[in-house]
Amino acid sequence: MAQKNTSAIPKATKHANARVVRYNKWGYIFLIPFFATFLVFTLYPLVSTVYYSFTDYKKTIFGTMNDPKVVGLENYKYIFQDGRIWKYAGNTMIMWVMGFIPQILVSLLLAQWFSDTRLGLKGSTFFKTVIYMPNLIMAAAFAMLFFALFSTKGPINAMLMKFGWIEKEIEFLQYKWATRSLVAAMNFLMWFGNTTILLMAGIMGIDGSLYEAAEVDGANSWQRFTKITLPLLKPILVYVMITSLIGGIQMFDVPKILTKDGHPADSATTLIMWLNNFVESKHYGRGGALSVVLFVFTGVLSLVVYFVMYRKKGKGAS
Amino acid sequence: MRKLKKFAALSLVGMLAASAFVGCGKKTTNNSGSSEGSGDVAGLTDGGKVLNIYVWNDEFINRMVDHYPGYVKVDDLHGKIGDVDVVFTQVANQDNAYQDNLDNTFNANGENQKNAKSADEKVDIFLAEIDYITKYVNSPWSAPISEYGVTDADLAKQYEYTKQAATDSNGVLKGVSWQACSAAMIYRSDIAEKVFGSSEPDKVQEQVKDWDTFAKAADTLKAAGYQAMASANDSFRVFSNNVTTKWVDDEGVLNIDANIEKWAKLSKEMVDKGQCKTFDLWSNEWNDGMKTSSNVFAYFGPAWLINFCMHASEDGYAAKDGLWKITEGPQSFFWGGTWILGAAGGDNKTLVKDIILKMTTDDAVMEGITRKDSDFVNNTAVNDKLAADANYKNAILGGQNPTQLFVNGLTKIDLSNITAYDQGCNEKFQAAMKDWFDGNYKSYEEALADFHKKIGDKYSDITIK
Repeated sequence: MAQKNTSAIPKATKHANARVVRYNKWGYIFLIPFFATFLVFTLYPLVSTVYYSFTDYKKTIFGTMNDPKVVGLENYKYIFQDGRIWKYAGNTMIMWVMGFIPQILVSLLLAQWFSDTRLGLKGSTFFKTVIYMPNLIMAAAFAMLFFALFSTKGPINAMLMKFGWIEKEIEFLQYKWATRSLVAAMNFLMWFGNTTILLMAGIMGIDGSLYEAAEVDGANSWQRFTKITLPLLKPILVYVMITSLIGGIQMFDVPKILTKDGHPADSATTLIMWLNNFVESKHYGRGGALSVVLFVFTGVLSLVVYFVMYRKKGKGAS
Repeated sequence: MRKLKKFAALSLVGMLAASAFVGCGKKTTNNSGSSEGSGDVAGLTDGGKVLNIYVWNDEFINRMVDHYPGYVKVDDLHGKIGDVDVVFTQVANQDNAYQDNLDNTFNANGENQKNAKSADEKVDIFLAEIDYITKYVNSPWSAPISEYGVTDADLAKQYEYTKQAATDSNGVLKGVSWQACSAAMIYRSDIAEKVFGSSEPDKVQEQVKDWDTFAKAADTLKAAGYQAMASANDSFRVFSNNVTTKWVDDEGVLNIDANIEKWAKLSKEMVDKGQCKTFDLWSNEWNDGMKTSSNVFAYFGPAWLINFCMHASEDGYAAKDGLWKITEGPQSFFWGGTWILGAAGGDNKTLVKDIILKMTTDDAVMEGITRKDSDFVNNTAVNDKLAADANYKNAILGGQNPTQLFVNGLTKIDLSNITAYDQGCNEKFQAAMKDWFDGNYKSYEEALADFHKKIGDKYSDITIK
């Protein structure tokens, strides 16, 4: 009905509407910088990566780039030909899980303690700062530090020998699981502070009256944690899971600096370290193909995490 | 007023958007890679105010400071020769950083550096190492030495192999070097005395004259509590310089030479017996082997390893105590070497010519380099003189004069199997084999398969069978 009456709108209102529209356009104009930057620095590289993944865009021996020529699925064939992608994906996931499990458990515990007013922990502000600190160190510097600490003639070996626990120096980085554990430990140390802060924010956002009601009903602290805190913390947990997963898939600097090329025997080579090989040899075609695969991989995993975490709630709501 | 505001806002936004596009231009310039054989094609001129020299460490800078007549040092990377400012651009060699920087500079400067932002930014001289000199002499970026007016007669005293290495596929000489890098086995005289009963180079040579004998000597050393070498990688160059086939053959197919395979198998045995470790060269553990207190018997290397890398001025190192001696070892070989290349389109032709002549052909300068820096220079006359000079002694080698040994080694240098892929192949092969030595791969074949994958990532244009 209203549409039919457009001509009947009084002139003054029409004028006012026009003014609003004219005023609103400033909103769009101020959005231009963001969209321009987004288009140039995010969308254009994204699209060109997909395009290059179907070409043989690479460096010649003289350092010049050849003109990209479309080669179909050649690069994807190379990426999948010898099953290395699964090995590297496995390495990445193993090291991520090894770091993430202690990270989420310790963070939950700390977040619960720090935000529990009845516990009244002393100096919590101080410790909140301290646990966040490893995150402020550059990952490369942190990895160098661990490399020095655990090197054959490093302080850890010296200490163990002094205590008489070992007789000969251990070459930690020659062992598959020692190397992976070190990477996982570093990721854990760097990120558990950050996760704690996030979870604390989530816990403090939960209505205090719920706890009081539960206490009145006789719930103990474990029940309060599992029945109130955890369910209500779910959005934050999903956020932590997904961001940490994406961060895990992009794991690069720590293992790269610690192991150089994923030694021993390629057991610490992550997907991005492999990608870095293509960047070093400037084969943008293969690099592009791997990037596209990673893009899809990350997207699928994020969706899986999202749906697994929300499955019950979705059923319950319907 | 409103219009003005609108205009201001829009132009600001426009500027922001435009600035975001800066630097997004795509360069697809293609270099043919071939260079003309004769004629003044390199476009060399005179009258430049700045002499730009690209280097990866301070070795050549120090050679210039110490030995080029009239060079006035301003600071570590700057100097003056007469009115000309000398500017060194130093980029580390690791991970091809030095090469990448050169490639970018030359590609940006264009053919004969005509597109250089200003004359002051034109490259005049750049250095290249044996591992990648083939690439640069075959590029259009390097100028033929003859175009500077340097004649064959000027270079008559230089060793033939140093010219071979710097000659492009058309037979044009494009680089000259002040050093020759024949290498040998550097061993601890005190350990030799204890284990073999004599520290004399001739006597020790009998114990290590070929690889089978060397393996036996390693057993003897082990029994006495010594390691034959610091790392399996120490002997790699000795094997890889004595190959009879190329890493990548003329059809572009990857190939493992029999001598390379022999290195892997011998090294595995030695590592298993505890006769050497698997450290990377230049690592802390590798350097620790050079200490007087260490039990490492030998290193393999040329003159520059002795004077540049053995910590001759630090307490606690065998080099300071003069405990090393040198002998040919199981096979003679060469390692490294730095060449001076003139850049096409450079604008200090006469000065570059003078630097080439002074720094690589002048007898007095060459002798000065040997005496001051213990380098082994690229000059037959000077080396013959020093070899015969009983007063010329190398303190690190406990007074031994290594000159004749290096001269003898030069006759065996064979460059016919060098390819542009050598650096990558050597590095990746050693890395893969290290995992076998350490027991992380069960067999040579498994390690080889890993090498094939890694080399495929690095060089997409070679065929792996």
